[in-house]
Amino acid sequence: MKDTLIENNPRQAWMSLLAVAPEGRVATLLDAAQERPAFTWLRAPEIGSTMVRGRAGATGAPFNLGEMTVTRCALTLSTGEVGHAYIQGRRKVDAEAAALMDAMMQTTLAARLRTAVLAPLETEVKHAKSTRAAKAAATKVDFFTMARGED
Amino acid sequence: MYVAVKGGERAIENAHAWLAEERRGDTDIAELSIAQIREQLSLAVNRVMAEGSLYDPDLAALAIKQARGDLIEAIFLIRAYRTTLPRFGASEPVDTGAMACDRRISATFKDLPGGQVLGPTFDYTHRLLDFKLAADGDVPEAPSRETAADCVPHVTGFLNREGLIEEAPYDDAPPPDLTREPLEMPAERALRLQALTRADEGFTLGLAYSTQRGYARNHAFVGELRIGAVPVEMDIPELGFAVEIGEVTLTECETVNQFKGSKTEPPQFTRGYGLVFGQTERKAISMALVDRALRWEELGEDNVGAPAQDAEFVLYHADNIQATGFLEHIKLPHYVDFQSELELVRKLRREAGAQQVQEAAE
Repeated sequence: MKDTLIENNPRQAWMSLLAVAPEGRVATLLDAAQERPAFTWLRAPEIGSTMVRGRAGATGAPFNLGEMTVTRCALTLSTGEVGHAYIQGRRKVDAEAAALMDAMMQTTLAARLRTAVLAPLETEVKHAKSTRAAKAAATKVDFFTMARGED
Repeated sequence: MYVAVKGGERAIENAHAWLAEERRGDTDIAELSIAQIREQLSLAVNRVMAEGSLYDPDLAALAIKQARGDLIEAIFLIRAYRTTLPRFGASEPVDTGAMACDRRISATFKDLPGGQVLGPTFDYTHRLLDFKLAADGDVPEAPSRETAADCVPHVTGFLNREGLIEEAPYDDAPPPDLTREPLEMPAERALRLQALTRADEGFTLGLAYSTQRGYARNHAFVGELRIGAVPVEMDIPELGFAVEIGEVTLTECETVNQFKGSKTEPPQFTRGYGLVFGQTERKAISMALVDRALRWEELGEDNVGAPAQDAEFVLYHADNIQATGFLEHIKLPHYVDFQSELELVRKLRREAGAQQVQEAAE
């Protein structure tokens, strides 16, 4: 997850975090923190794809790299807030939990959910990334010169 | 003439039943789970995702299980599934400069910002069979090292500062999509890259090797090879802004190629580009070499008639699902076609025979 997102738009930041959470994790944290409110579907969970694009030479013209599976849904709480989810994979249950979180973060529950769901999620995602980065760092080559020819 | 025949139904059903039994193998041996395939045969999973052109490790693992390990058959299953999915949109082009690199090496610069990070590579193994893997055993955890969030800039960026390498100018034109429009010649680079990233690894490797051996030689150096996860962001139309919807692991290869200059371009280094789903290093390097060879025309190079320079040859034969479909269809019933061939050969023989009799009589 890009840190820049978090500064720009809080909703963008929490939606992104919810999308990269491991399977089942959002639901577990959410259900431990808060009873789920009543809602109606605007769009029931649906599985589809997104075409992932790259750029020629990393910085040039875009090209189509291939698709990835995505699940999306949208719902309205009985109090009127609308929640959306677009998350990688075929995960209808996770999409529902993410959309509920998105809607509830627009209510007075926001502060509580930030502490109980988003904060631990962010810590876990960061920890997973830094564990991997540390293993990569251990394979970094430290060159040293064994002998020089000019002596 | 078309002749409808029936009678194969039971044979086909029974063949499917036997296929299922053979797929399972000896039932005294534990069955493979999808998760085991995903976790322990991950490079096969990566290849199926890359050539199936759909990033979903669980689906690729399922396809490998269903196909009994036949990767082209698994790719076929993924391509077929892909066509059933509604498309929600296209992502923002991924920023590989922001990749969380598992591996990042350069063959052109020893000391470079971000360093040479080997990652989980086969490169320095001795390629001796490891019989320890045949026994059960716990794997010790790999060592870690404290790391500051390193900036890992692209190598081509350094060369660019001196103007020694051609630019890859920024552009935002929506790219053509061969999954929506049939691939037609001449194919612009964006279309060629899409075709190459999902092309058969073996075919791409063979062509890339041919350029190294002298068929359209272009002296490639691996300027940089990086493998790691990049975030995927997509504009959400309902919201009017982009959010991260997930993360994909990619392999990127940028080659730096010697170039003496041409009528239109100064002497400088030129570039080939490979970007492939998953940890798929051989494929990404091959893609970059073939991409560079196909760029002869825009760089004003001579067409030396090498296979790797012929876009039509490369792109129309690189897709293993198209190729296998056409190749394997010839094993299906061609009874009527063959009957007509048989009639023709008999007729020609009769005519030739009659002519000989006539010549002998004269």
